[in-house]
Amino acid sequence: MADELTPQVPPDQPRIGVDEWVASVEGKRERYRGPVGWLRRGWDTAPAGARLLAFVIPAAIFPLVTTEGNLFRYGLITLLYALLGLGLNVTVGFAGLLDLGYIAFFGFGAYTYGYVASVHTGHHWPAVPAILLAIAVAALIGFIVGFPSRRLVGDYLAIVTLFFGQAFVVFVNNGDRINFWPFNRTDLTGGANGLDNIDPLKLFGWTVNTTKEYYWFTLGAFLLVIILLYLVSESRTGRAWKALREDPLAAEVMSMPVNRLKLMAFVFGAAIAGFAGAIYGSVQTGAFPGDFDVGLLITIYAIVILGGAGSLAGVIVGALVVNGVPELLRDPNQAEWVFYTALVLLVLTKVRPWQKLVTVVGGTLALGFALVAIADAWFPRWTAGEPNTGKLAHWVSHWMLLPSHATQIANWAYALTIALILVLTLLRGWWRTIVMIPTIYVGAFAWENLLVEQTVGATRFLLLGALLVVLMNARPQGLFGTARVEIV
Amino acid sequence: MAATQPLLALRGVSKSFGGLTVISDLDLHVDEGEIVSVIGPNGAGKTTLFNIITGVYRPDEGEILLEEQSIVGLDPHQVTNRGVARTFQTLRLFLNMSVRENVMAVQYGRTKSSPFEAMLRLPRARREEREIRQRAEEKLSFFGQRLVGYRWDQPAYSLSYANRRRLEIARAMATEPRILLLDEPAAGMNPAETQEITELIGKLREEGRYTILVIEHDMHVVEGISDRVVALDHGVKIAEGSFDAVATDPRVIEAYLGLRKAETK
Ligand SMILES: Nc1ncnc2c1ncn2[C@@H]1O[C@H](COP(=O)(O)OP(=O)(O)OP(=O)(O)O)[C@@H](O)[C@H]1O
Ligand SMILES: [Mg+2]
Repeated sequence: MADELTPQVPPDQPRIGVDEWVASVEGKRERYRGPVGWLRRGWDTAPAGARLLAFVIPAAIFPLVTTEGNLFRYGLITLLYALLGLGLNVTVGFAGLLDLGYIAFFGFGAYTYGYVASVHTGHHWPAVPAILLAIAVAALIGFIVGFPSRRLVGDYLAIVTLFFGQAFVVFVNNGDRINFWPFNRTDLTGGANGLDNIDPLKLFGWTVNTTKEYYWFTLGAFLLVIILLYLVSESRTGRAWKALREDPLAAEVMSMPVNRLKLMAFVFGAAIAGFAGAIYGSVQTGAFPGDFDVGLLITIYAIVILGGAGSLAGVIVGALVVNGVPELLRDPNQAEWVFYTALVLLVLTKVRPWQKLVTVVGGTLALGFALVAIADAWFPRWTAGEPNTGKLAHWVSHWMLLPSHATQIANWAYALTIALILVLTLLRGWWRTIVMIPTIYVGAFAWENLLVEQTVGATRFLLLGALLVVLMNARPQGLFGTARVEIV
Repeated sequence: MAATQPLLALRGVSKSFGGLTVISDLDLHVDEGEIVSVIGPNGAGKTTLFNIITGVYRPDEGEILLEEQSIVGLDPHQVTNRGVARTFQTLRLFLNMSVRENVMAVQYGRTKSSPFEAMLRLPRARREEREIRQRAEEKLSFFGQRLVGYRWDQPAYSLSYANRRRLEIARAMATEPRILLLDEPAAGMNPAETQEITELIGKLREEGRYTILVIEHDMHVVEGISDRVVALDHGVKIAEGSFDAVATDPRVIEAYLGLRKAETK
C-alpha cells in the first residue's frame, strides 16, 4: 500500500549538487596557481587589520613623495570617490538596493555644510557640528525618500531614486528664491551660481587648508568609515543585509524585518554620502549644481561594480582605477605607458597556450620592424613623422611607422582597427592568432599617430571604457568580489 | 482529555488565488511534542498551508492560533519570532553566504544590538555575537558527520543537495522555534539519505524537543515518523488519523489514483 502511494522521483533529474558537481566547483576555486594564486590566497587568509595596512602604508607614504597637484588629483579625489563608494557599497553591495539618487545625498551634505559655514549666509560653524549636521540632514532625507520606497523592489526603486536625484538638481538650481512660509524670500542654495566662499574645515583651532592637510583629514575620515562599516558587516545587521540581498523572501521568513533593513541600508548609504559631501564642499570651497549630476553617479557605480559589489577593499581599488587611469592619460607620456602596459597585459592574460603567445608577440614585433625597415629603404615619407616625447615613445618609433602627415591615414587605421576586432570575434583557433598580429599593429598605429595626442579629450574616456570592458570580462564579479553562484 | 490546548490550531482557514480555491475551510491542530504529517497529491495546497501559517499569505477567512494567540496578519518575521520556523520545498538558502553565516544570519530576530553597538563593540553586541556563533555551531553539530566543521566556512552553494536540505533544517532550528514546519525534507534524496532523514526527524523531537508539522510524499518516511497524518486534496481535509487509517482510507486512495489516471491519459 505504502509503496503505491510513493511517487517516483525521475531518475534523470538534474543532478546539480551531487558530489561530483561539488568537486568540480571546488576545483575551480583552487584553480589559481602561480604568483597570482599565491597572492589571492594570502589576501583571502590575511586578517582584516593586515589588509587595511596594505592600503594605509602606501596611502601614508604617498603625500611625502609627490607634488601638490598630484596629491590632489590622485590622492584626495580618489579618497573622496572611495568614501562615496563605501556608502554606495552599503546600499548596492550589501543590501542589493538599486539607488540611482545616491549623488543627491552627497549634494545635500555639501550644501548643508556650505549653508552653515560660508560667507554666503554669514554663519561660520566649526567643522564638527557642521559635519554632523550634514550627515544628519543627508540621513534624514534618506529616511524620507526611503520610507515610502522601502517596499519598492528592483526597477521601481531605481525609478523613484533616479527621479529624486534629478529633482535635487532642479531644487538647488532654483533654491535661491524660495518664497513661501516659513521661508519668506530665503536664498538656500545660491541657485545656478551655487554656494561659493565655503569655509575650510575648522577643527578645534586647526584650520584644514592645504591639499596635504585635506588629504590627511580625508584619509582619516575614510579609515574611520571603513573600519566602522567592517564592524557592521560582521554583525547581525551586516549578515541580515547580505541575506536579504540573496533572497528577500527567505530572509523575511527567517526572522529578518526586510523593509526595516532596507530602509536602514538606504539611510546608512545616505549618511556616508552626506559626510563625503561636507568634506567635498570644504575642499572645493563651494557647492555647485553641476557637481552632483548623473556623470558622478556613473563614476561611483563604476567604482563599486569594478571593485566587486559588497567588497570594502574593492572600493579602494575601484576608486584608484576609475579616478587614476583617466588622470594618468592626461599626459601623453604617461598615457603611452598606460596604453602599452594594458596591451601587454591583455595579450599575456588572454592568449593561451604559450605557442600562440609566442606567435603573437614575435609576429607583432617582427611585422613592425620589417615595415619600418622597408619604409626606411623605399618610402621615407612613412617614417618621417616626429615621435612623441618621452622615452617609451622614442623606443616605439623604431617599430612603428610614423608618416609625416599622419592624421588622415590614422583615421583610416582607427576604423580598420575596429573592423579587425569585429573580424577577430568571428574567428577561432590559429586564424584568430594570426589576425591578432595585424590588429594589434594597426591599433597601435592609430594610437601613436592619432589618439595619443588627444588623450586630454574624449579618448581617455573611450580608453577607460575599453579597460572596464576588458576587466569586467576577465572578472565579472569585480576585482575583489566573490563569484556569485545562482542555482535554480 | 484535560484542557491541554494545542500548540498550533487552524480554524476554518480558507485561501483562494483569483478564482482558484486552494485551501477551503480547513481545521487543523498540532499538539505540543507531536509529529503531524500532511500528505496529498501535487497541487493539493500543502505548501500554501505553510505559507499561510508563516504569514507569507494572509488567509481570506479563519483563525490561526499559536498558543491561543492569533497570528493572522503578522509579518512573516514576526511569526518566526513567535516560534514558528520552516524549511522551503524549493530550498531557499542564502547561497553565496557560508554555511555558518546562513545559520548565524537567521538569529537576527533573537538578538537586539543595533549597528551602532556593533560599531563601538559595546558589551551587548559582543556577547550576542558570541552567542550567535555558539548557537550556530551547536545546530550544525546536530547533523554530525554530514555537516562537519570544515564545511562550515564553505559557501552554501558548494553543498550537495542532501546537505542543503540539512542546512535548511539547521537554519530553521537556529531561530529556536516551538514548532518546525518541514516542507518535503526528503525530496530528491536517495533511499539511504531518506532513511537518515526519517531518523533525524525522530531525533529532532527526542533531543531537540521540537513539535513538528511535516509535508512529505515518501510514504516510508510518513509511516516512520507520524503520530498523526492529515490528507489534503484540493485544499480540503479528506482524512485524518493514524498512518494506517489514513493510508487505507478510500478517499485518500481515490485522490492519488484519480491523479494517476489523469496523468496517464
Ligand atoms: N501565489 C499563487 N498564486 C496563484 N496560485 C497559486 C499560488 N500559490 C499556489 N498556487 C496554486 O495553488 C495550488 C496548490 O499549490 P501548493 O504549492 O500549495 O501545492 P502542494 O500541495 O504544495 O503541491 P506539491 O506537492 O507539488 O508541492 C496549485 O494549483 C498552485 O498553482
Ligand atoms: Mg508543495
